[in-house]
Amino acid sequence: MRLDQRLIAKMITPGTRVLDIGSGDGTLIDHLFRTRGCDARGIEIDMGEVTRSVAHGLPVVHGDADHDLAHYPDNSFDYVVLQRTLQAVERPREVLRQMLRIGRYAIVSFPNFGHWEMRLKLLLSGRMPNTAVWHTPWYATPNIHPCTIRDFLALCDEDGYRVHEWMAIDEEGDRAPWRRSIRLANLFGEQALFRLGKGN
Amino acid sequence: MDQTVIPSTVDHTRAVFPEGLTLDCGSVLAPVEIAYRTYGTLSPERNNAILICHALTGDQYVAETQPVTGKSGWWERMVGPGKPIDTDRFFVICSNVLGGCMGSTGPRSLRTVTGENGESREEPWGTDFPPITIRDMVRAQRLLVRQFGIDRLFAVIGGSMGGMQVLEWAATYPDMVFAAMPIATAPFHSAQNIAFNEVSRQAIFADPDWHGGRYWETDAIPARGLAVARMMAHITYLSEEALTRKFGRRVRRCDEPVVGSPTPGALSTFGEIFEVESYLRHQGSTFVRRFDANSYLTITRAMDWMDLGMEHDGDCAGPFRETRTRFCVVCFSSDWLFPTSQSRIIVRALTRAAANVSFVEIESDKGHDAFLLDEPDFDRTVVGFLNGAAEHAGLFPRTLKGH
Repeated sequence: MRLDQRLIAKMITPGTRVLDIGSGDGTLIDHLFRTRGCDARGIEIDMGEVTRSVAHGLPVVHGDADHDLAHYPDNSFDYVVLQRTLQAVERPREVLRQMLRIGRYAIVSFPNFGHWEMRLKLLLSGRMPNTAVWHTPWYATPNIHPCTIRDFLALCDEDGYRVHEWMAIDEEGDRAPWRRSIRLANLFGEQALFRLGKGN
Repeated sequence: MDQTVIPSTVDHTRAVFPEGLTLDCGSVLAPVEIAYRTYGTLSPERNNAILICHALTGDQYVAETQPVTGKSGWWERMVGPGKPIDTDRFFVICSNVLGGCMGSTGPRSLRTVTGENGESREEPWGTDFPPITIRDMVRAQRLLVRQFGIDRLFAVIGGSMGGMQVLEWAATYPDMVFAAMPIATAPFHSAQNIAFNEVSRQAIFADPDWHGGRYWETDAIPARGLAVARMMAHITYLSEEALTRKFGRRVRRCDEPVVGSPTPGALSTFGEIFEVESYLRHQGSTFVRRFDANSYLTITRAMDWMDLGMEHDGDCAGPFRETRTRFCVVCFSSDWLFPTSQSRIIVRALTRAAANVSFVEIESDKGHDAFLLDEPDFDRTVVGFLNGAAEHAGLFPRTLKGH
């Protein structure tokens, strides 16, 4: 399991109900069921991954964040997880709103467009940057709404979400030491991980 | 056209329920007989039973030779020792549906009628058989399941009309269904599906041997109409790709006289036929040997009535509120009779009801019939879902068979 998934798992209280949006091969929900006794389910857009997950006995539905969250009833989960997908959805703001309607907490991870390498590459070459995290050329990228850690915090503020936990991590998934300063995290964190709750 | 009437000598295993059933239409059908087959062994805790529901023209002979046709069981590749529905682990029950013609009470069953002269005699129900619904079929199956002393089925599995029964099981008896697998099915029969069924029925009514449904009086059956009904339905079970791959536009000499065709060998429009025509004629003629026309009418009508949301202002989520059943909805990409969009309606309804649901669309070019054919992804899905559900039910240790 990727380290960022382990970090997500650590944020989740055992025995709770979890919806993992973009569950991939089901690694996280399998782990949550097996080691934390969670009622964990998944939504996945790639049918091959869905079939693999279901063939492993995991409850996964073929669907996507933009169109299928609306069907879940209010407060039907304790945690709703969105791993590395926020930047690829059509309406990220609406997806976040749905996540916090369905669940008590939203756990969101996304690649940080504010990382220094991105800034430097765009500044020096004048072309769309390519890094280990943002590795697709502009014409083929699924990432239609890239954002930075500061952008994301501004959105949480605007929509009245409470940030319970946050951390910046690098591509290997190691926690970066930039947990105190958002400005430094925004500059040096390749990816961000947030646990949000409903407003106060 | 072969007009052999189905031999009545086949002795089906049956359970008899003298108290009968009150049907959705209000009629009481008593006694009720349900023909069934079982495979595997019921555990001492009676917690390993899987009910398999058959499709429109299927029967209870799911994993053994069908005694009338002599062909292998309709899901023999899926059910058996070591197979995806493993009879070494599970106790499998399959019954002939209420209204069917393989031993369960249906339009061909005999009833006692009193003539005008006061004499009573036995004759088939025919078109007087009360209209039944998918839920009535499920009620009848429940009598059978209870007779085995089973309080809760580990799983109910079925495709097409069998999938409709799965949905009705989970809706009507939620506490009796731990896991449900509706395959290539729909929460209600669409207008298009009803239209296809109506063409089938009209073909039967138009047969000169139909005699208002009392065809037993003439020692003939409406074989042509029934065969046409089957041919039409059979097209809807396949896909354009499947038909093209199997037959293309290949032509062959027409050796057998067929109704509507001139004498064989004649140099004429119908002296040669496309292979796909020959195939459909074969499908039609073998079907009339094993299926009763009145049963066909009764069962297609039951499918047409199917509507999960009917009693909930059209909301298909209504019957599943508070459900604790684990669902796995499966459909096939080239199925145009029960397309993926219909399965999505089921999945969304279950989601609205906060049910535990998995949903897989299997990539296949074989059309609706794909659930009966060799599709490795489908097999893996069945195995995985049953293993996962068994683990949650505390039934068996988790295995990774099939991976």
